[in-house]
Amino acid sequence: MIGPLRKRNSRLALGLAAASLAAVAVACGTDYYEIPIETPIQPKLDVSPFQRVLVLGFVAGGTDDVDANQETVRLLRSQLRTKSSLKVIDADIVQLIEVARDQSQGGSDEAGPREGGAPPRATNGSDRSAPGVALPSNIKDEKDLEPYERLFANTAYWKRIGEEYQNPLIVTGTVLFTGRSTSGFVQRDQETFDSLGRRRVIPTRMYMERKGFILRPKFIFIDGRSGATMYSESYREEILYNAQQNTPALSSYFELMDRLVPNFLSALSSQKIRGTRVLLK
Amino acid sequence: MKGPAIVLLAFTALLAAASPSFADAKRDARAQVEFGINVAQRGLWREAIYRWEKATQIDPTYVAAYNDLAIGYEHEGQLDKARKAYEKALQLDPNNSQIRQNYELFKEINDRTAQKEK
Repeated sequence: MIGPLRKRNSRLALGLAAASLAAVAVACGTDYYEIPIETPIQPKLDVSPFQRVLVLGFVAGGTDDVDANQETVRLLRSQLRTKSSLKVIDADIVQLIEVARDQSQGGSDEAGPREGGAPPRATNGSDRSAPGVALPSNIKDEKDLEPYERLFANTAYWKRIGEEYQNPLIVTGTVLFTGRSTSGFVQRDQETFDSLGRRRVIPTRMYMERKGFILRPKFIFIDGRSGATMYSESYREEILYNAQQNTPALSSYFELMDRLVPNFLSALSSQKIRGTRVLLK
Repeated sequence: MKGPAIVLLAFTALLAAASPSFADAKRDARAQVEFGINVAQRGLWREAIYRWEKATQIDPTYVAAYNDLAIGYEHEGQLDKARKAYEKALQLDPNNSQIRQNYELFKEINDRTAQKEK
């Protein structure tokens, strides 16, 4: 008699416990909702003192297939026109390589940039940057670019450019766009069909020769009122294609710049980063 | 027979004594979170944040409220507050993969902003 009663009680206890657990599970349900969000990111620079921006020119090197100075200036100006509140100054693109060479040879510039991108003429030595230092005539890699960095520290030169254009924010820097060839094993998804016509994708390792480009820009933001560097940032992007694929250098350049432009713009204006998160109940 | 019956009675008595206010608080907090989700889905993020903040005040152990609050702060660009709310949520439920995923995505943005400030 005692046996069945105990059994019934323990069943009742188990039932109650299960019911309690179910109630807890319902109460702590795992309902979730995906929701798109836009996170506002503040600009890296306070550009409120400036109404205008001057993308003057870049010390550029690498492949001869693309004029990286001209293309970079044109691209950044067009992006700034549509995606920033600053007015873009439509000035001639300056060949900063020639400016740097002129300065290193003991010349200087009182005149600032001239039409056609010719280097400013020397008039006195107040803003020489390390005169006498030989600059590589052909920039092929980062080592060749290094000696040109002095140009950006030449505050007298940049201040004078600023005065000429009524103290804008000046955008300049270096751009290295070089070709690259590589070979080795890469993993590719290979599509196959079995005897029943069913599609299968199998990851396959294969030896490939590839070629492409590397883009290494450094954007420097200079205060046109003082000639001092406010901020700079460097990037590196790379793209590789099958060696048989013939992709024009210019289209690769734009593809790589497309990846960098949002970062460049986020220095000057607030950006919104879109994403998705999971809300829980 | 007496043993289990006494335990059962004690358990029921304990539930009866303790649960009304506790259960009410849980229910209130859950209602606030649900309302917050509802308005966030309509784009009313400030109202949602207010509701989720309230939910965390009512029930400071409510993991979902902290997670949702963190998302709300993130959407409003209050990244410091978002980080603290995510950390609290993960402290309460370290193994929750959804919160962890939200937090990882948030960190990507937060790290980028932190790099800017250097």
